[in-house]
Amino acid sequence: MTVPAPIKRLAFYALVLLILAQALFPFYYAILTSLENGQALFEVNYLPKALTFANYEHMLTDGVFGHQIFNSVFVATVVVIFSLFLGVTAAFALSRIRFRGRGMLLFTILSVSMFPQIAVLSGLFELIRAFGLFNSLWSLVFSYMIFTLPFTVWVLTTFMRDMPIEIEEAAIMDGASSFTIIRRIFLPLMWPAMVTTGLLAFIHAWNEFLFALTFLSTDSQRTVPVAIAMISGLSEFEVPWGNIMAASVIVTVPLIALVLVFQRKIVSGLTAGAVKG
Amino acid sequence: MAEPVEKSTLSQQRVMSAWVFLAPMLAVLAVVAVYPLVKTIYFGFTDASIDFPGQAQWVGFRNYLEYLDYGGGEGEYYGLLADPDWWRAVWNTLRFTFFSVLFETIFGMIIALVLNTQFFGRSLVRAAVLIPWAIPTIVSAKMWAWMMHDQFGILNDMLMKLHIISEPVAWTADPDTAMLAVLIVDIWKTTPFMALLILAGLQMVPKDMYEAAKLDGIHPVRVFRKVTLPLIMPAVLVAIVFRALDALRVFDIVYVLTPNNANTATMSVFARENLFDFDRFAYGSAASTLLFLIIALLTIGFIRATRMNLGGDR
Repeated sequence: MTVPAPIKRLAFYALVLLILAQALFPFYYAILTSLENGQALFEVNYLPKALTFANYEHMLTDGVFGHQIFNSVFVATVVVIFSLFLGVTAAFALSRIRFRGRGMLLFTILSVSMFPQIAVLSGLFELIRAFGLFNSLWSLVFSYMIFTLPFTVWVLTTFMRDMPIEIEEAAIMDGASSFTIIRRIFLPLMWPAMVTTGLLAFIHAWNEFLFALTFLSTDSQRTVPVAIAMISGLSEFEVPWGNIMAASVIVTVPLIALVLVFQRKIVSGLTAGAVKG
Repeated sequence: MAEPVEKSTLSQQRVMSAWVFLAPMLAVLAVVAVYPLVKTIYFGFTDASIDFPGQAQWVGFRNYLEYLDYGGGEGEYYGLLADPDWWRAVWNTLRFTFFSVLFETIFGMIIALVLNTQFFGRSLVRAAVLIPWAIPTIVSAKMWAWMMHDQFGILNDMLMKLHIISEPVAWTADPDTAMLAVLIVDIWKTTPFMALLILAGLQMVPKDMYEAAKLDGIHPVRVFRKVTLPLIMPAVLVAIVFRALDALRVFDIVYVLTPNNANTATMSVFARENLFDFDRFAYGSAASTLLFLIIALLTIGFIRATRMNLGGDR
């Protein structure tokens, strides 16, 4: 070894700093921009200069954006409730009961989670119009099941498979029905896994763009990703970057907070969903 | 059903209840996934229009390929398979998938190796690395669109101060850099996912292997190549395939960062434009079907190749 240890240490910490900088800088810059106004927006600043909350005030008081945040919260929450409810019972059957065709079923569910969303878009569009759900938030609740449900079932199945069989056997001996077993034995043990999958499903629903863009047509019905994509100025040269960045920060901060708080659980949920199998 | 006779009523009951528990989930999936998919494939063989999809007439493979005979030996091919825009979208998608997954794997590996060593502030760094992943795709696209702004963008400013470029670049508009811009944003956003999956693989490598290697005085690079890499390879491969399947259907980053740009339009973008913007619903459905076919074949191939255990018994 020719490189002295201190230099190696220094190089290592430089690499760490570089990783930190690339991960954090874009969001830092979005916050910085959101706090600028007027002329300050059109000069490149690396450090805060003359901070103002005007962009936030504008977004939060114009009425529409608040409504759009509510739309997103509503859709994502209902999607999580439905997927968890359907997912837990299905995962119980798939992980705890042996029956014919179980492997085939798991395979089918996994393949649904790999569907390109575009492949169902025209069929779903027709269905949603036939149901009279076009431009309704329920169209999103309905269509988001295509990705949240397979994911929830898959992760909860992996999780339930790892639980000891003895407790369940004891309950069966006592004559408990499957439904009682789920409710009284698995649910209390399952809540960490449910929080993880629920959270990931929530994030997914919160971020979804293609269906929201296609199935909603009026401003007041839109969810936040589409709303942000559509904020525009009077002309191509007047894009209100300050407003866009303020809106972006508003919809991102809660997500970052959730992800940081539940960091470990999210990582285990992601690896259960993607790597095990 | 050729079930063994001695099978108890208890387990029969359990099998029954399994199907009861599965039924609601299966019903929902049938309505949101199976039916729309079948319908999309059907629309691809019709002349369906967006306003009256109910009046669609069967036209066979016309949306895919059709030879129009003008007579006298003259004629022309029409349809997706003869559409240069479609092939361009295919090429864009493949290019995007290859480069994004390649760089995500390389950067993800570097970050995972850094996070796998003990150092001061490691848990903070690991949390920070997750942030790009937590930011909604649309928000990252908009953030980077602003940073890449041709006149007021900080990226141009930085690169000019560092004397890497001499004049501002219109990152998202210039045909030469549009794809690069999309790639930068996607790689930035998804590398954390890759890093986490690889890190999970790294943490399963038994520690005593490293201690033994250290005692024997084996060079770390050699240890990485001979011990670490083979052990984490299965996890890395699965991560690569998952990311590749994801990248093949990319839509939102491209649609928001570089709208109406033939140099970046992917298969998903091409399909959606035809479905809803160009009033060619049937043609868009056919394109969606082709994309589905490509992804389905790759998925089956990958499940075969990695022999994933789907029976649920480990």
